Amino acid sequence: MPISRSRIGIRACRRVFKVEWEVVIGLETHTQLKTNSKIFSGASTTYGAAPNTQACEVSIALPGVLPVLNQEAVRCAIKFGLAVNAEIAPRSVFARKNYFYPDLPKGYQISQYELPVVGKGALTIQLGDTEKVIRITRAHLEEDAGKSVHGAVEGMSGIDLNRAGTPLLEIVTEPDMRSAAEAVAYAKKLHELVQWIGICDGNMQEGSFRCDVNVSVRPKGTDTLGTRREIKNLNSFKFMQQAIEYETRWQIETLEDGGTIQQATVLFNPDTGETRAMRSKEEANDYRYFPDPDLLPLVISEADKDAVRADMPELPQAMKARFEAEFGLSAYDASALTAARAIADYFTATLAAFGGEAKLAANWVMGGVAAKLNEADLDISASPVLPAQLAGLLKRIADNTISSKIAKEVFEAMWAGEGEADSIIDSKGLKQVTDSGAIEAIIDGVLAANAAMVEEYRAGKEKAFNALVGQAMKASKGKANPAQVNEILKKKLG
Amino acid sequence: MINNSLKQLGAMLASKQISSVEMTTEFLDRIDQHNPDINAYIALDRERTLAQAAAADARIAAGTAEPLTGIPIAQKDIFVAKGWQTTCGSKMLESFIGPYDAGVIERFDAAGAVNLGKTNMDEFAMGSSNETSYFGGVKNPWDRSRVPGGSSGGSAAAVAARLCAAATGTDTGGSIRQPASLCGFSGLKPTYGLVSRYGMIAFASSLDQAGPMAKSCEDMALMMNVMTGFDARDSTSLQRDKEDYTRGLPAMTGDKPLAGLRVGLPREFFADGLNAQVSSVVQAAIDEYRKLGAEIVAISLPNTRLSIPVYYVLAPAEASSNLSRYDGVRYGYRAPEYTDLMDMYCKSRAQGFGAEVKRRILIGTYVLSAGYYDAYYLKAQQIRRLIADDFAAAFTQCDVIMGPTAPGTAFRSGEKADDPVAMYLEDLYTIAVNLAGLPGMSIPAGFAEVEGKALPVGLQVIGNYFDEARMLDIGHAYQQVTDWHTRMPEGV
Repeated sequence: MPISRSRIGIRACRRVFKVEWEVVIGLETHTQLKTNSKIFSGASTTYGAAPNTQACEVSIALPGVLPVLNQEAVRCAIKFGLAVNAEIAPRSVFARKNYFYPDLPKGYQISQYELPVVGKGALTIQLGDTEKVIRITRAHLEEDAGKSVHGAVEGMSGIDLNRAGTPLLEIVTEPDMRSAAEAVAYAKKLHELVQWIGICDGNMQEGSFRCDVNVSVRPKGTDTLGTRREIKNLNSFKFMQQAIEYETRWQIETLEDGGTIQQATVLFNPDTGETRAMRSKEEANDYRYFPDPDLLPLVISEADKDAVRADMPELPQAMKARFEAEFGLSAYDASALTAARAIADYFTATLAAFGGEAKLAANWVMGGVAAKLNEADLDISASPVLPAQLAGLLKRIADNTISSKIAKEVFEAMWAGEGEADSIIDSKGLKQVTDSGAIEAIIDGVLAANAAMVEEYRAGKEKAFNALVGQAMKASKGKANPAQVNEILKKKLG
Repeated sequence: MINNSLKQLGAMLASKQISSVEMTTEFLDRIDQHNPDINAYIALDRERTLAQAAAADARIAAGTAEPLTGIPIAQKDIFVAKGWQTTCGSKMLESFIGPYDAGVIERFDAAGAVNLGKTNMDEFAMGSSNETSYFGGVKNPWDRSRVPGGSSGGSAAAVAARLCAAATGTDTGGSIRQPASLCGFSGLKPTYGLVSRYGMIAFASSLDQAGPMAKSCEDMALMMNVMTGFDARDSTSLQRDKEDYTRGLPAMTGDKPLAGLRVGLPREFFADGLNAQVSSVVQAAIDEYRKLGAEIVAISLPNTRLSIPVYYVLAPAEASSNLSRYDGVRYGYRAPEYTDLMDMYCKSRAQGFGAEVKRRILIGTYVLSAGYYDAYYLKAQQIRRLIADDFAAAFTQCDVIMGPTAPGTAFRSGEKADDPVAMYLEDLYTIAVNLAGLPGMSIPAGFAEVEGKALPVGLQVIGNYFDEARMLDIGHAYQQVTDWHTRMPEGV
């Protein structure tokens, strides 16, 4: 039952509910697998080609054609299973899901029903300082449908079958999430993981990663699940957050008002911020699933799994633990550095080239680099400052050639494409002054020019000392070694 | 010439006694003469066919001919063939021109065989009389008031009336063997997975299998050499070493060539429902086998009685899904007028499919529906296993199984058309073989006198998996001492 617009927004924020409600959320994510060809044919999966140019006889479902399973898609499924520590079925079965739709050329979708390739697993999400385990129910291989194209031809609907047969891994969770934030954290974590292990390009605009979110509410403290509504096809984390929040509030208000929730599929409209029922359960299809007689059961041996395992990158969770143990990084730092494969790769490459203290490298990757990337809206893989360059800068910080403050200036210059740290330091004369004589001369000048401050310090005002250090640094244009400045100043005042 | 074996025709071509173009022309002329009445062919394309014959002649001249090079073969219209109208006997595909070649077509093309035309068949291979074809029934050349059997009725009539040198068929529940029995020639359904299903329009995927329909076992052996082999485009295709199906034939001479062969006779195949005349013809054939040295063993296939109900759950279930692609959206028949998408689907399918196809789609949809799946589909799958187990147990007692192919002889057109169950019983002895995935063969065993006409009777030979070569030897041995397979109907 769609809700009228007047009901939302105005009252929603201020309303006090009679009962304390709890939202229960489960996700089904369609992950498009990064294979060159389709799951049951040799047609290309490249995105954005002219309509129907990537539709072979199997994609069009001509009479007599048969599906042949793409083994690369199977390897992707095994990879995922290993990554979430799941059971990988030694034997799984492809089934036909029968329904008529113009973008479904065979009149059935080949999917997995009773026996999926990936069974129970788990994914750990980080919420602030706490961790939560989200149980994964299953993941199964299936083919995508084509798409209807409206408006390309006046008065007619077109069908583009380029996408028909694109391999998908549908990943289903248990209803383990209790807030929109948890659901989004899971989705982001999963999004990162599938890219990390290289099975999905993660491109949400192109539909490579789409989430269906099942939402129900129940009075807090009760065990039974409420009736759920499924929000279909969310392809941005922002929309997911908005949709779940709206849907949760709508369900709570409906129940508080004495209404009931009907099981339904709903769509989120980003323009209005509302969810709206697409079809109710009464109109639901009977998909008449049965094992596809054109495909043999998918058999996966231990050797198959071992072969994929040998090809697996170190997983984020393992890498995080290693960063903590090996580099002495905090859990927070280690988590941030393993949030994405590209960040981890950048950090690892920087540290390898630097060879110094990991904490310094971590601070720079998460600090200076991240800030500039954020500002420029760039992904770390597109950073104009490469890991080797950053390492060059870190070396000069570590050996006291420059101060942290000067380092920021050098980094800006590197970002602007002015070259390597060493050449920038040289050409701009930014090398730190460590000659005690020179620093003493600067301090003498500062003391002479700031007699009042000296008096204040001697009168017991500690703050005046810092002001004098500041003056000395300023007089050296930031190049004086701050530790030496401190030491000499203390001595002179002492 | 028209009654010559494939080997003899090959020899004539090799010795340049006749060219493929001449041979093909003779068959095409015979088709022109007889097909208007018999209706064995749906699609003919003289130009395309003769071009292939000319290419075969060039190949013969170049010395690269294979045994079937230049020989005109009729193709069941279930095989998609590039440039050929490919209808599957349905109005739904009346205007469909094959845009690619089926695996079977490719193999005959590669062997240099000439595609003589596409033969008539029951719509989507659903039928046992060829009467469900949108393109009209086919007349049995032995008695034109009777049906040729089905679903490969067009190929059957074409082989029987010598309107081709040989033909292909497909067999889901008996569609090669039953028409072979009713039209008096040899037909073989190979082990499931031996012949590629790629490009063979699906009826019931787990049962469909293509095979040869020819005048003799020797001819079928030559065709099997061409038709079988792994096809990566069919996931159910089996990867096996190439076999020469003719290898055992020369040894089938002498006094008791089948000495030591144990022939099992399932008592369920000789029970109620079998026509008495058919029974005696089959018994006489078995006596002949005894003379050839075979030992006859009584066996039982207790679950055979369940094969028809099991089949009529499983085959329609698969068909209901396989035929969903005919929705009027991309190709095939689309209703001329409709109000919206659902109306287009409904009208296109209501107008494009015939009654028997619709009946089976309805049955199949029903048995797969939520709440019925376990009681029907799942139960049928379990019984299917039991039926296969029956055969496995039988093959510990015998080497081959023999019995009737069909319960009777050819029936009159229209006789069973309104009684689907009577029609379904035609496949009483053949269906279990498909359910088990075993090879089954029908060879001419004599004639029954019905209303003053001699109508052919077939003997069914069922082998264990991959025993086709042996089965062909066994059939060949019989054909060395009998001449039923050389008999031709009058008037052709």
